[in-house]
Amino acid sequence: MTRHAAISTAEIVAPAIESSGGVMVEAARWQDYLSLLKPRVMSLVIFTAFTGMVCAGGAMHPLLAAVAILCIAVGAGGSAALNMAYDGDIDALMRRTRRRAVPSGRVQPADALALGVALSLFSVGIMGLAINVLAAGLLAFTILFYAVVYTLWLKRRTPQNIVIGGLAGALPPVVGWAAASGHAPLNAWLLVAIIFMWTPPHFWALSLYTTGDYAEAGVPMMPVVKGVSSTRKQILAYSLLLAPLGVAPALTGLGGPIYLAVSALGGLGMVVLAVRLVFSRAGEPAPPLPLGRREGLYDVRLAARPARDLFAFSLLYLFVLFAALLVERIPIVHGLVART
Amino acid sequence: MSNPNDEDAKAVRARNGRNILLALSLLAFVVIVFVITVVKISGNVVPH
Repeated sequence: MTRHAAISTAEIVAPAIESSGGVMVEAARWQDYLSLLKPRVMSLVIFTAFTGMVCAGGAMHPLLAAVAILCIAVGAGGSAALNMAYDGDIDALMRRTRRRAVPSGRVQPADALALGVALSLFSVGIMGLAINVLAAGLLAFTILFYAVVYTLWLKRRTPQNIVIGGLAGALPPVVGWAAASGHAPLNAWLLVAIIFMWTPPHFWALSLYTTGDYAEAGVPMMPVVKGVSSTRKQILAYSLLLAPLGVAPALTGLGGPIYLAVSALGGLGMVVLAVRLVFSRAGEPAPPLPLGRREGLYDVRLAARPARDLFAFSLLYLFVLFAALLVERIPIVHGLVART
Repeated sequence: MSNPNDEDAKAVRARNGRNILLALSLLAFVVIVFVITVVKISGNVVPH
């Protein structure tokens, strides 16, 4: 290798392994940039948006439908990257998030911000040009709500952060519905309302067994601010509202008998688990572990199991509700249901 | 202490990976625009 080539390589490579705060960090790999898009959250967004599109029932070209879904997925990824860019400081304080690309220094916040802005503009622009303005407007609102209202404003200020901010995660079905039909009728907003009402019990159940993490980072999650007992009661209150709301699509004609059965049983399950949680000690300080034993990141103490169970069940509940709406629209199932 | 040459090789591999991802993303963007154009135009063709 010539001296010139050696110097060039060193100059090019150096920024990638530059130190962050005096600590050497690994160069960012492509997987680090993909992780900024929160792929697991994105999969739920795609699923609920797809359900909205199918429920809209319009005759959409399959390729345009795929483009619409891609735009929604990329928009969700863009807003997640914006969130990661801003929240690097608190992510670094929590065990669950400190290995993420930004807090670990592998990706600079400015790069995450640039990625988030680029993806957001791309998704909204393509949605507007290829699909329709209503879907693009709703997508832009969703991204802005998550990045500005939730991340910049609510998350560090109020225990109602995930209640109000949950709207951003609830909107994908109406974006999908608008993409497929150009309209956003009441039934589409009913799906939004279900996810909106589902968000507090889901996230507060999780926060009940990660309270220490949030307190350390100064994030005012409900158990940190109002205490675990109040949080458990509020989880029950939201579950009691969610159960009948979950059944409502069966009454408006959006869901059929399969949906009715699934939503009634699922709602009952949510309420039963929430009642069990209220009478539990989930979220309360656990006795210290025996000497020499360290608590694993996802270890759940016995007292916190009801919170873990509700968290897991809530995921299943939402998935099954939306899956029932999809299943009822498979022609053969639709035919069978119509005959009965 | 890690060998600086290994660090260099690692960084070069990481950069190549990022470049490939960027190239694929741009390619995907071109394909998407092409597909949208074809679908939109074919929708406007008057049948004879």
